[in-house]
Amino acid sequence: MDIIIEGIKQALSLLISLDPEVMGITWLSLKVSGTATLISLFIGIGIGTAVALTSFPGRQIVVSLINTGMALPPVVVGLFVTIFLWRNGPFGALEILYTPMAIIIAQTIIATPIVMGITLAAMQQLPRKLRLQILALGATRFQMVWLLIKEAKLSLMAAVMAGFGGVISEVGASIMVGGNIKGYTRVLTTATVMETSKGNFDVAIALGVILLLFAFAINLVLTRVQQRERPR
Amino acid sequence: MTANGPSMPILQGENIQVQRGGKRILDVSSFRIVPGEVVSVIGPNGAGKTTLLQALSQLIHLGKGVIYFQGKKIGADMTPLDYRRCLAMVFQEALLFDTTVYANVASGLKIRGLKSSEIFSIVNTRLEQFGIGHLRDRSAKTLSGGEAQRTSLARAFAIQPQLLFLDEPFAALDPPTREALLEDLNRVLRASGMTAIMATHDQVEALRLSDRIAVMNEGRVVQIGPAAEVMNHPVDEFVASFVGMETIFEGKVVNCERGTAMITVNRSAYPAAADALPISMTAAPLPMAEATDTDMNGLIIEVSGQAKAGEQLLCCIRPEHVTLSPGVRTDRSSARNAFPAVISRISPAGAFYKVHMNGGFPLVAYVTVQSIEDLDLRVGATVTASFKATAVHLIRRG
Repeated sequence: MDIIIEGIKQALSLLISLDPEVMGITWLSLKVSGTATLISLFIGIGIGTAVALTSFPGRQIVVSLINTGMALPPVVVGLFVTIFLWRNGPFGALEILYTPMAIIIAQTIIATPIVMGITLAAMQQLPRKLRLQILALGATRFQMVWLLIKEAKLSLMAAVMAGFGGVISEVGASIMVGGNIKGYTRVLTTATVMETSKGNFDVAIALGVILLLFAFAINLVLTRVQQRERPR
Repeated sequence: MTANGPSMPILQGENIQVQRGGKRILDVSSFRIVPGEVVSVIGPNGAGKTTLLQALSQLIHLGKGVIYFQGKKIGADMTPLDYRRCLAMVFQEALLFDTTVYANVASGLKIRGLKSSEIFSIVNTRLEQFGIGHLRDRSAKTLSGGEAQRTSLARAFAIQPQLLFLDEPFAALDPPTREALLEDLNRVLRASGMTAIMATHDQVEALRLSDRIAVMNEGRVVQIGPAAEVMNHPVDEFVASFVGMETIFEGKVVNCERGTAMITVNRSAYPAAADALPISMTAAPLPMAEATDTDMNGLIIEVSGQAKAGEQLLCCIRPEHVTLSPGVRTDRSSARNAFPAVISRISPAGAFYKVHMNGGFPLVAYVTVQSIEDLDLRVGATVTASFKATAVHLIRRG
């Protein structure tokens, strides 16, 4: 119990003192996970909407793959991204393994199916005739898709939260493709793992608390936006 | 107003076919509507009413066929988008956006890129026209069914369409709300002179709003014409049954003179009805029927109309044209056809009661609650059912 209390005290101290190393790790975590979430939103909402609004042979298989992708293990993603970015791998020439870019790629792969799956479900929940109603109002196909996305905005907000939550908290892929290099690819989760393995529980708890605080703060903001939009 | 009249059709669909799952669900050879006309499309569930509306409005892909709007061929002389911007559609569900009533009514105008000031003026007019001005800032999700459908109608009228499609817009509403909305829609439609096509399974709605009625069955338009014509002169047994001619029986023309046909009803075709009659009635006709010639195998009825001797026909009678009197009457009334009948069932039908009878052939009549009491009508009672010769509509078979 003392360790936990000590860890919380340490966290507050690191936050209040604006410890440069902790601030650097935190900023990198937000930057990497935020970028990955943003990219996954474009891809996930785009493909999720397209799959929801169209019918084509093999659609059920695609939907099953998307749903399976929502439970993609980060270590498996880390493994394959490492192989692809390895010096002799297909994209080895890019020389981005063990860089923040590699973490962004891995986290994007983790978050995209989550966003895609939630988008797909949200779009399918809208009344089928709503599409026809929008077209009958004189909308172009693009306007129709945009209005449908707006109509599903509350569910899509949940997709943002789930996607961001999935990547800010994952450690397997980040440590494998980032290498946990101090001051370069060390993020909150990989730093916590490292400090724990070194027996520095107070620092590990402090980093964990900071991670939780940020995750909570970001989700609080998103939840407030979501609830403000909710019909009364 | 008719589709074949001098006015050029505002909308014309030719050889329209729609397939779904390899099955043809719509097959309409020709459908025309002239400017200012209101046409109702009626038919049972699954008849293809909604599919017809969606095909004519180009909301679904046509397997075959062409649509012309004001003489322009859609897809050749006019893009589907330009065409869709000339029309509006109201569905059975209000299908409102998750925003305010004002924003919903404004949505079609916003899609067209109108300025906020223009939108403001148009939307306020439509909100007042449909009696929802006080709801303008309310979330659409909090509206009652009637308020939501008013918003949907206001949204459709806001874009000032040249053609309005109404797909069973009142089907999900309670009767008082439906009545009020029907009245408002009728008023606005007539005041604006807007051309409209409405799908409904409610004949009363169709009669109140329409200039013409189209009856659909199994994806085809089986009859289209002025409302009174379709209601009183159905072309086949399906239409007759659907428009409420509840008494339909087979007959054969014995002779026809001076516009009056004598038709024999083969009672053997209705064994259940014949069996239900007391033996004394089946063996001995009423004096009135006797006067028009009756044989032991069939009843003879008098019908106004032209027919050839020996011709097989279907005789159709609306229930409101059948009158009942207690017991077995022997006096002659203006009704040329009077038969003894045994009441087999009495069921409520809105403001009336529906009385099912066996009179050698099945007969149905509408009576008021007061009549049920006054005439002491009950299951098993014998009454005299009568109808005028002009009340019978004849459909030629084969």
